[in-house]
Amino acid sequence: MVAESWYVALSAVLFSIGVVGVVVRRNPLVMFMSIELMLNAANLAFVAFGRRAGNADGQIAVFFVMAVAAAEVAVGLAIIVTVFRLRRRLSVDDLSLMRW
Amino acid sequence: MSTVWLIPALPLAGALLNIFFGKLIGRRAHWVAVPAVACAFLASCVAFARVWHGGSFTSSLFTWIVAGDFEASVIAYVDPLTGVMLLVVTGVGALIHLYSAGYMHDDAGYARYFAYLNLFVFSMVMLVLAGDFLVLYVFWEAVGLCSYLLIGFWYTRPAAAQAGKKAFIVNRVGDFGFGLGIMWLWTAVGALDYPTVFKSVATLAPPTATGIALLLFMGACGKSAQLPLHTWLPDAMEGPTPVSALIHAATMVTAGVYMVARSHALFERSGTALEVVAWVGVATAVFAATIGLVQTDIKRVLAYSTVSQLGYMFAAVGVGAYAAGIFHLVTHAFFKALLFLGAGSVIHGTGGEQDLRRMGGLSSRMVTTTITTTVGGLGLAGVPGLAGFFSKDEILAAVYHANRAMWALLLLGAFCTAFYTGRMLFLAFYSGPRMSKEAAHHVHESPPVMTLPLWILALLTVVTGVALGAPSDAGTRFARFLAGVFPIHEAPHGGSVAFMLMVLSVVVVAAGITLAWFMYMSTPVRPEAIGRPRTLVHAFLLNAWYVDRLYDAAIVRPLLALSGYLARAFDLGLIDGIVNGLGRAVVGWAAALRRVQTGYVVNYALTMLAGVVLFLAFLLSR
Amino acid sequence: MTPLAMPPVAIGPLAPVLIVLGAAGLVLLLDLLPRPVGRELIATVALAGLVGALLATLARWGKPGRAFQDMLVLDDFALFANVVICYAAALVVMLSIDYLGRNGPETGEYYALVLFSTGGMMLLAAAGDLIVLFLALELMSLSLYVLAGLFKRELAASEASMKYFILGAFATSFLLYGIALIYGATGTTNLDRIAAAAAGRAHDPLLVIGLGLLLVGFGFKISSVPFHMWAPDVYQGAPTSVTALIATGSKAAALAALIRVLVTALRGSQPDWAVLLWVVAAITMTVGNVVAIAQSNLKRLLAYSSIAHVGYMLIGVVAGGSAGPGAVLFYLLTYAFTTAGAFGVLTLCERAQAEAVEVGDYAGLARRHPVLAAALGLFLLSLVGIPPLAGFVGKFYLFAAAVRAGYLWLAVIGVVNSALAAYYYLRVVVFMYMREPEGAGARLVPSFAGGLALAIALIGIVLLGVIPAPFADLAQAAVAPLLR
Repeated sequence: MVAESWYVALSAVLFSIGVVGVVVRRNPLVMFMSIELMLNAANLAFVAFGRRAGNADGQIAVFFVMAVAAAEVAVGLAIIVTVFRLRRRLSVDDLSLMRW
Repeated sequence: MSTVWLIPALPLAGALLNIFFGKLIGRRAHWVAVPAVACAFLASCVAFARVWHGGSFTSSLFTWIVAGDFEASVIAYVDPLTGVMLLVVTGVGALIHLYSAGYMHDDAGYARYFAYLNLFVFSMVMLVLAGDFLVLYVFWEAVGLCSYLLIGFWYTRPAAAQAGKKAFIVNRVGDFGFGLGIMWLWTAVGALDYPTVFKSVATLAPPTATGIALLLFMGACGKSAQLPLHTWLPDAMEGPTPVSALIHAATMVTAGVYMVARSHALFERSGTALEVVAWVGVATAVFAATIGLVQTDIKRVLAYSTVSQLGYMFAAVGVGAYAAGIFHLVTHAFFKALLFLGAGSVIHGTGGEQDLRRMGGLSSRMVTTTITTTVGGLGLAGVPGLAGFFSKDEILAAVYHANRAMWALLLLGAFCTAFYTGRMLFLAFYSGPRMSKEAAHHVHESPPVMTLPLWILALLTVVTGVALGAPSDAGTRFARFLAGVFPIHEAPHGGSVAFMLMVLSVVVVAAGITLAWFMYMSTPVRPEAIGRPRTLVHAFLLNAWYVDRLYDAAIVRPLLALSGYLARAFDLGLIDGIVNGLGRAVVGWAAALRRVQTGYVVNYALTMLAGVVLFLAFLLSR
Repeated sequence: MTPLAMPPVAIGPLAPVLIVLGAAGLVLLLDLLPRPVGRELIATVALAGLVGALLATLARWGKPGRAFQDMLVLDDFALFANVVICYAAALVVMLSIDYLGRNGPETGEYYALVLFSTGGMMLLAAAGDLIVLFLALELMSLSLYVLAGLFKRELAASEASMKYFILGAFATSFLLYGIALIYGATGTTNLDRIAAAAAGRAHDPLLVIGLGLLLVGFGFKISSVPFHMWAPDVYQGAPTSVTALIATGSKAAALAALIRVLVTALRGSQPDWAVLLWVVAAITMTVGNVVAIAQSNLKRLLAYSSIAHVGYMLIGVVAGGSAGPGAVLFYLLTYAFTTAGAFGVLTLCERAQAEAVEVGDYAGLARRHPVLAAALGLFLLSLVGIPPLAGFVGKFYLFAAAVRAGYLWLAVIGVVNSALAAYYYLRVVVFMYMREPEGAGARLVPSFAGGLALAIALIGIVLLGVIPAPFADLAQAAVAPLLR
């Protein structure tokens, strides 16, 4: 039996990996995957906390988050495809038309 | 529920209607504007009835911002003085609105005209109703703005636009002092509402009171066209004639007198200030009357006469005869409005003629105008029985007891007044016609919508004096009515001195009119001889004592030169240096900070991450 | 485990949102019809939906309702925010009609997305539970991401969309993790129960970190420093009508939700978040105003200006009590009228010239179209805070609340910033009135809907400026249910 706190620690680690991924990578697809990782780290935390709290709120929240994440994937991929079609390259560093 | 708020609200609503739906309303603008002011008059009567037996009340007109115990609101303060002013403003205002419906009938800017006129009445009513100096100041400026708009109403005429500008600038000079005075008052007293201010002026040091009072009086000089800020009023005659009647004779220009009378506690605290007020009034009264002697434009005669009569009012309040000053304000509003409207009727009937030299013989063709204007003229001259006689006599009597030199000068002014009034009436109506046959053929009486106000005002000129101004031992009825506001002036009324004064002023008036008769009626008028400087004195008067030229040479030109110099040497170097230095520092910061925004998503994400770390570090460290 | 029981479904409190979402569905259906229907019809349906929601909201005033086991709290606070949101969205729809006619081929999706995001905003303001808050936020945001990049063929729009999406999702992840941590600390996601559970445990690390991450997520949505950097780029690149919606509706909704969360669930941590937001407010308004000075693109300038205005509004949040949040609500109302109006003028000008967003393009606008110039001038003056326009009164209430709560210096910084801001707003006015136009610009003919929208906004800023008291009282009253 593993204590919930381990799950929470794991979720924190996953979340941090996601954060680092967003910050260091240049490919929007990979950045986007890192964001998904952050969301899923939150899901893990929800489940772990839900078990500790002894109610189903955490588990239910996970389902909502998964649904939202799916919607986000659809929107995100659409946007990435649009940009790719216009620019034929896939690096966020190309996106500096507007600055200052 | 008080109905006081209706008094300003109705004209404001009328103005807004005509501004926003002027195109739709078009020629029917007077159906909005005239009832608005007329109903405001009725509301004023209601307010007046509440202070009929003296006393005062306040009424919150409008609450702007409330935050905790702070409240910014407009409070109306109504006492007998307010009541009188309200009746004059809305009453005379309503008559002039009615008259305008005829006079401005063919003007292209009909709706715009009524919108401005309504707006003026609104501002003036608010000025009178104001319960503190701040609101007074705001509407002091507002009436100035309306005046500017109406003087320049025919903005396509260069002279009108120029006159509007001049009025604005000259008034700015006075208002600058007025604003300073109010600021000083606020720092000295810590409040601006009338009751608190007038209660605490007793604690002011007299020099402070003098400073504040003189700064306030500076504003009054500008608005009421007193020396040395009188130059804008004669030029203001470029506006439509009903405007001259309402704003530049009956109401707005009296705001200065009203303000001084209203703050009499402050002026009394400083004896010096009152003395200055009286002397400025006397000087202006005589000065303007002498100029009026030689003017050839009928409206300019009346304009200088207005300046002169305002001088009488200031002389009265300056010697402490506040009720007499306000009474003259009221009677003057009636007969001067009447005279201007009569002059307007003449101008209307002769197809735009304003030059006395090309009039004459109108009495047979414009009977109503002749009768009513003559009544007004006699009222102005001070013929016994008419309003002007009683009110001017009150002033003369009060001044006589205060200062003989002032009294003598005012008597001289009364002589001049009688002369120029007689001269104007004789030249315009009674002497032989001097216009071309063609023009004479077109002379016609004005429509009833214009003559009705003339009749009403003539009636008021006849009855007001007798009804309210008959002297008695306890003061005039008018003064007794205002006793709650001003202590009754202690001038002895009965006795041989009073009788002697009265006789003397009657003699002076008779002399003036008789002289005018000799010069302009006994022999045929030679128009080419009038308005030509024959002697140095005549030229001096014709050029209004060269004041305008003096200002031009002594102030305007040097100022232009100086400002040109300053702009080159000082501004570019020093001020611009400071301002630009400050500006450049900020702009430099701006330019540097905007570079932070690199446009790269990763940098944005990193900044956010830094924010996250800072947030968490801060919260966890607590 | 207790058996699952179907909770009672109370449609009443959901009615305004349902009307909007229903209209969105109808718009999608109309777009799918085999025979294309006129774009005016679609816009009219969308507008009708928003007006209906506005009326439904007003009808519920003073009748607070809770639904779905307190997940939805439609109290006066939410209703007030909903009025702001519905108004902003309706204005955007009215302005979009001819803007889209010229600039974009899409119609059906556009209006449907506007309605969906509006529904999200309304839910966000009424969320009584952190999960609902998250869902509403995502409903709003996902729609806005798409809207920002709706003009697919434009590089700027796609770039804006991409930046908005990646950074937005990034920020939302923080928010969600914050929610998870708060859930962990308190065992519930319901705001009231969080408040009860968190009482006396203000220094629980889970709670503290949760609060911090929550503030990060909200900071992004309201574009406060240092989470503001997306805003200028997105405002500049997105279609102007969408920018107006982002600047008004989404900001109003996020601020309303932020206030609700802070003063109900996290009231125990007030000493912590008040100090933090003090600093954020001061930096936000200063950065916004200073950088705005250096801008030449009007949309970008307004973006920085809106950042600065968020700084002002945070003053009210910091001030707390009943006066602070009330002042923020009132400010949101004035800000929605003013900003939506300013962007509205931009929309109408941009419609006539291919791209009129540089300040220089507005040189001599007073000559070419006096009414539009006067309108934009008034909106800018209101943003500066010149009495008696709405902006002045709004700022006055905020600063007064701060002073009374003892935050004198914050109010001073706010006043200095307002003075600073006059510089760049008035520069635009100077361009419009004092500079000659460069070349003959196209004729500007606002459509009826656009003109009506501007007129409503103008009436709004004058009305709120001249007789603010009743509306400010309503805003104050609306905050009361939060403070029980």
